[in-house]
Amino acid sequence: MSENKLTKGDLKSMFWRSWWLLGSFNFERMQSMGFCVSMIPAIKRLYKDKKDQSAALKRHLEFFNTQPYMAAPIMGVTAAMEEQKSNGAPIDDAAISGVKIGLIGPLAGVGDPIFWGTLRPVFAALGASVALTGSIIGPLLFFIPFNILRILTLWFGVHYGYEKGTSIVSEAAGNTLQKITEGAAIVGLFIMGALVCKWTNINVPLVISSVKGSDGKMVVTTVQSMLDSLIPGLLPLLLTFLCMHLLKKKVSAIVIIFGMFALGILGYIGGFLK
Amino acid sequence: MSTIQFILVLVVAMITGMGSVLDSMETHRPIIACTLIGLVLGDVKTGIILGGTLELLALGWMNVGAAMGPDSALASVVATILVITGHQPIASGIAIAIPIAAAGQVLTIFVRTIAVFFQHLSDKYAEDANFRGIEIAHFTSLLLQGLRIAIPAALVAAVAGTSGVEAMLAAIPVPITRGLQIAGGMIVVVGYAMVINMMEAKYLMPFFFVGFVIAAFTTFTLVGFGIIGLCAAIFYIQLNPKYSQQAQVYDELDDL
Repeated sequence: MSENKLTKGDLKSMFWRSWWLLGSFNFERMQSMGFCVSMIPAIKRLYKDKKDQSAALKRHLEFFNTQPYMAAPIMGVTAAMEEQKSNGAPIDDAAISGVKIGLIGPLAGVGDPIFWGTLRPVFAALGASVALTGSIIGPLLFFIPFNILRILTLWFGVHYGYEKGTSIVSEAAGNTLQKITEGAAIVGLFIMGALVCKWTNINVPLVISSVKGSDGKMVVTTVQSMLDSLIPGLLPLLLTFLCMHLLKKKVSAIVIIFGMFALGILGYIGGFLK
Repeated sequence: MSTIQFILVLVVAMITGMGSVLDSMETHRPIIACTLIGLVLGDVKTGIILGGTLELLALGWMNVGAAMGPDSALASVVATILVITGHQPIASGIAIAIPIAAAGQVLTIFVRTIAVFFQHLSDKYAEDANFRGIEIAHFTSLLLQGLRIAIPAALVAAVAGTSGVEAMLAAIPVPITRGLQIAGGMIVVVGYAMVINMMEAKYLMPFFFVGFVIAAFTTFTLVGFGIIGLCAAIFYIQLNPKYSQQAQVYDELDDL
């Protein structure tokens, strides 16, 4: 009897399908259909019997939710386990589900700060700062590098996961990933610091004093100019901390945004914001 | 807006709607969505500027786990149509975008709930090993996410150029539009706060403050900040004893 083995084409097909992982995101089992659809090439290759196919499909329609690009290595690992199972290895459903569930937490923990916390906001801020001049380079500066990194992650993720199989579970907590996550967090936080200071606009034009200078010109001191002489960007910094605090208290971002709307309108009418 | 433009707007709206759930090619980000709508409406430059402005505002809007951020796809598409076809200033586009992002979030919650139906349909298909059925269920839900943007976009595109809409937008009192503009300058920090919160590492906060102070007293561009930040990260990891301890630990064990 010949061994069941996934082909290069199967892995490639899984890679393409992984692009659509979130398509049917729902509140019951989240990415489960997307994961199942991505596993279909492997299931078709490995199981010929309808009963086995049906069992495999059901296995992968269970709850699944992680950072979408980090799902790729999980697909690879799962495919490797399915391959062993189809060849008669004593792997039960619980083992496969266990590995999947065991990986989604750690990998989301790595993927969320790297992709959503660092790479996307950093490239988006870079691109947006150029886009403000109306140059097409702005959108491209975001779109191209981010997508290259995403595609590489999906491609190598599926293959790496498949080759390493379950040994990836111990590596997920390993040194290299921790270094990358920590490094990404540093870049992300550093850029956020710069953005809070430079790309936020709050101006309090209330006049504190207005005196005639020695050259005969009026020197007007406003609340804003006084704060700026202390350190520019102080109000945005404080506002950021307030937002972080409110978000941690589970206040919805939309509520905070509408609160700021109200503040902006009141500020304009009252003359204390410009 | 010609018929062809109308159709192209719908196509772009579909793409951004699907992008907003997929979080894959990032076509739902304002910097891409506004640019694409600007392109099909024949004013790509306005699209790019609006996209860049909105992008900075929406920097931290993200879907993590089961939590959802405000919807940038609907906001970008509708705001760009109103600015270009409805002849509104970019500042008004921004002001309009925020409430629409909130509405878009409600719509996507609605579609994500409907998708539960397709989930159960898939269970049935799995029973008979019906591969094609599961694939169709999956991609049908994706299509609904596209329509979620395309249908409102069609409604807006149909009326945007009419004098009624222009008159309506022009009738918004000045304190409201100016107030919204002022708020726009502050709202960006909500996004920053979301990003900082997700990093969840108090001991790394000094890097945030270094970035802040350097920005306060220099005129470096963001590219410059990116390079400094990257170098800071490399220094930190190279010098951190946490990462070079392994060899030493074994030595100490040998000594025992």
